[in-house]
Amino acid sequence: MTAEAIAEAPVRPVEATPGKQPMIGAPVRRREDRRLITGQGRYLDDLELPGAYEAAFVRTPHASARIRSIDTTAAARLPGVIGIWTGADLPELVKPIPPKVSNPLLRDMPRYPLPPERVHFVGEPVAVVVAESRYVAEDAVELIEVDYEVLPAVSSTTAALAPDAPRVHDELDDNVAIHVTQVAGEPEEALRTAPHRLSERFVIARGGGHSMECRGVAARYDVGTGQLTVWPSTQSPHYTRNMLAYFYGMDEDDVRVVVPRDSGGGFGPKAQFHGEDAVIPYVAMLLRHPVKWIEDRSENFVATMMERNQVHHVEVGFDDDGKLIVVKNVFEHDQGAYCAGLQVPMITLSTLPGQYRIPNIHTELIGCYTNMVPTSSVRGAGRPQAVVAMERMMDRIAEHLGLDPAEVRLRNMIRADEFPYKVGLTFRDGSPLTYDSGDFPSLTKAVLARFDYDGERERQALARSAGRLVGIGLGAYVEGCGLGPYEGARLRLTNDGTVLVTLAATPLGQGYETIYAQIASDAMGLDMEHIAVATGDTSRIPFGQGSFASRTTVTAGSATLQAGRELREKIFEVAAVLLGAPAEELCFQGDRVCAGGDPGRSVSLRDIVQVSNIGKHGITMPRGVPAGIEVTSYFSPERASYASGIHAATVEVDPDTGQIKILRYVIGHDCGNVINPLLVDGQVLGGFAHGIGNALYEESFYDDAGQPQSASYLDYSLPSAIEVPKVELVHQFTPSPLNPLGVKGAGEGGTIPVPATIANAVEDALRPFGARITSLPITPAKVFAAMTATNHR
Amino acid sequence: MKPRPFTYLAPTSVDEALAALAEHSFDAKVLAGGQSLAPLLNFRMASPEYLIDINDVAGLDRVRRVDGGWHIPALVRQRTVERSPELRAAFPLLPAALEQVAHPQIRNRGTVCGSLAHADPAAELPTVMTALDATMRVASVRGEREVPAEEFFQFHFTTSLEDDELLVGVTVDDLPPATSTGFAEFAPRHGDFALAAVAGVVTRASDGAVGAVRLVASGVAARPQRLTAAEKVLLGQRPTPDVVGAAERAARGEVDPTGDIHASADYRRHLVGVLARRVLTTIAEEGDHA
Repeated sequence: MTAEAIAEAPVRPVEATPGKQPMIGAPVRRREDRRLITGQGRYLDDLELPGAYEAAFVRTPHASARIRSIDTTAAARLPGVIGIWTGADLPELVKPIPPKVSNPLLRDMPRYPLPPERVHFVGEPVAVVVAESRYVAEDAVELIEVDYEVLPAVSSTTAALAPDAPRVHDELDDNVAIHVTQVAGEPEEALRTAPHRLSERFVIARGGGHSMECRGVAARYDVGTGQLTVWPSTQSPHYTRNMLAYFYGMDEDDVRVVVPRDSGGGFGPKAQFHGEDAVIPYVAMLLRHPVKWIEDRSENFVATMMERNQVHHVEVGFDDDGKLIVVKNVFEHDQGAYCAGLQVPMITLSTLPGQYRIPNIHTELIGCYTNMVPTSSVRGAGRPQAVVAMERMMDRIAEHLGLDPAEVRLRNMIRADEFPYKVGLTFRDGSPLTYDSGDFPSLTKAVLARFDYDGERERQALARSAGRLVGIGLGAYVEGCGLGPYEGARLRLTNDGTVLVTLAATPLGQGYETIYAQIASDAMGLDMEHIAVATGDTSRIPFGQGSFASRTTVTAGSATLQAGRELREKIFEVAAVLLGAPAEELCFQGDRVCAGGDPGRSVSLRDIVQVSNIGKHGITMPRGVPAGIEVTSYFSPERASYASGIHAATVEVDPDTGQIKILRYVIGHDCGNVINPLLVDGQVLGGFAHGIGNALYEESFYDDAGQPQSASYLDYSLPSAIEVPKVELVHQFTPSPLNPLGVKGAGEGGTIPVPATIANAVEDALRPFGARITSLPITPAKVFAAMTATNHR
Repeated sequence: MKPRPFTYLAPTSVDEALAALAEHSFDAKVLAGGQSLAPLLNFRMASPEYLIDINDVAGLDRVRRVDGGWHIPALVRQRTVERSPELRAAFPLLPAALEQVAHPQIRNRGTVCGSLAHADPAAELPTVMTALDATMRVASVRGEREVPAEEFFQFHFTTSLEDDELLVGVTVDDLPPATSTGFAEFAPRHGDFALAAVAGVVTRASDGAVGAVRLVASGVAARPQRLTAAEKVLLGQRPTPDVVGAAERAARGEVDPTGDIHASADYRRHLVGVLARRVLTTIAEEGDHA
């Protein structure tokens, strides 16, 4: 991997302290690395809860069924079984889990943690067994007899929308969960009058999160204090706490949610609330004994939310120069058995126009209930699908007019002087969809230069004349990131003289212990070694949202910056009194605050703590010294900031087998200012691996009866290191004006345009055949079918 | 993903292992490398009452020279065979196929005989041993017997091993002079079970024509399938591109695979033809240069 900065350097958002090395923008190695690389990471299952019982779930093998009866007698007699509960045994938990993101148009159907009567997807839990070990619990699960009345199921949006389709929910007259249309300009009129029109149907599958560490929950109830402590493997500890307080009718302060320090990944599904999250702590309270449930991979395949399929019907109208006049996209989104949240389809809805100036837009969502596990965001979260719809049509326009696809894109791109750019649609928070900043043409030109686009085209022509199938693809995107409502940072000078940065957001491997120390270091002018970072514990900071949607650096980062500046002031206030010097003359030198740069006139952070935090019992504090060196700050962005990028790829298709080989891949990425370039590169490359999975490998298959067909890694292909090709990175830094750091999200840009880019390249490679690529992931079998179809034409 | 309860036995000699197998027979499973059995236990797809771990059995972990060939006993790891200079020289087909088996960590544990006894029709080793006309050495308290590979593999995960029998080793005879071999498979990802694979062993007569040929495909039937029609096309012919093309068409025509979520029947049939052509082309070039 090689990286190249096309801007001089990121603009420095924080004025560097004289004489101190700035940390924001520095390639600091992660503090987490040593323990992770040496096997010292500690995950949920490493948590030692002496004597904890273990749980396993009985899950329905039918996609749609009514529970007639559940017989637990044989299982209950098994030695080592502590307790068994069905949904009917726990009426307190028969409360619907509200969708995480909703909309007034949603026809919401109740999702229960442990449904007592009716099940809607294979893998939905119907009973929980608690036993002395997971082995015994699984033995007991096999002994539980559930009598089901099996009902017809639907397992695709096409099946769900068929006129005579079985209904997923008896309460509804069809399977449409939500139908939303957004319009800018006069799309119908524009389509009627456009000089050229093209349309296509794309079926786009996305897989699951497949974090290396599956889900899990451990819980312990302390009868003496009435406090429930819950350890989930989640991206959103405060969301979990709020949901549990709601389910159990407890005060939020009596529910403490602690996320283990290390995490084997999240990628979206762990930002959702699953039924098991409510069941396990509840039975721990009933038993007054710790209970642990670690999801295994078989459960993860069927019961953890995934993203799955969308079907797009897209139509474009354009002029002779390839300039877009109108885009219309109607897409079906598979919401699964329940709506756990509308974030994915709503993001798809507003991501469609991408980097282009399009006067007339029609974007329409038909969200369907199906008898499959509910869908949730997975890194990229609805954007890759929208980018496929738009970027595939950009190539078709070029093909139709005999123009170069890069040129067609450049002709349509929003210019750098048009920001803030109003797209004409509404963002999912209801505000006008507005891009804050960016420079799409300059990044595109830089990527084309790095890619040696003209040279690649010449080499492609040579290869073609030698009978090789070589193709080039581009894919541009925007990503609304840094979303609200808010995130906070609590900075405190601890009694040992360390500045502790406490965040509500919890890391999934992004290096929070490092980057928030970098931000606090520059905010305070204090060396990083005196700054520590703590995360993921609701008892340490009361409010928070979590880590998802490429939002944390924007929100928690800005909060840390603000809190750091205020904490510095507070510390200097004390030092000013102790040293008898004006605060303006103070600065940090190591762990000391110096007056006028004279080490002889200084106090240590421990001295300050002694006066302000520890104090002397019954003794009056020195006048002018504030008590308790602590600052909590929250940052609420006024709207999303927009990251952007463009990818370029060369691929070769084996005409014998349909195998796709990636020959070159260049990523152009603009996430504004960069806190730590090493970690941004890591995010982009990791995201790219996810994109490769989406483009070429990953698909969750279900048969017509809603039975999962890819329920292990034998039948579900994740890309491994061998399948992820080398990448060349090009960075551009266009700061966001919407937050004081000028940052944007970096977590998903590596993923978002990969399916579109590779699909464009593969179709370009197959152009001699006129073969069409309209279904993703693009497997060799599909390429072979596409080539064969055109051969027979 | 926890196995059902089982009783664990760890014999230290072949006789002890055979005695345990005789006693528990259908209720027992033999554990060697565990790369297929352990997942099956954890999925609860296999639930033996007794697990007979043969890893402590003496004398089964070294490849040895036997009269006119090589013997690979039951505890020889796949990686050992792959890296053995003698076996690489004697049977280039073995490393060619083994490099495609899963990943090195798995081959470090997985045994050659374990893969043969497991008899996954998509696996490489049963196909290769069929092409090499290998002989299975099978033992029980009732005595020893030899089973040719073609008779050993019977159906999906089914061999001619009786419930009380242990596959103690596999013997591969030295290849005749003027013999070339080749292996090709197609898997979407490296290390996956192949959608299809073809192994070939071709012996040329003094005039360069094909004197003997064994061409075997996997992934297309319930066991490794000899491509007899393609073999017929080749016999007595020099493997020119035209002849290889005819063999490709014959191979495509004689297999009858089923489709699944990963590949249609048509696609697998097409792949068998392509892979047969690739194997034969390599063999033809090698033979012509010899």
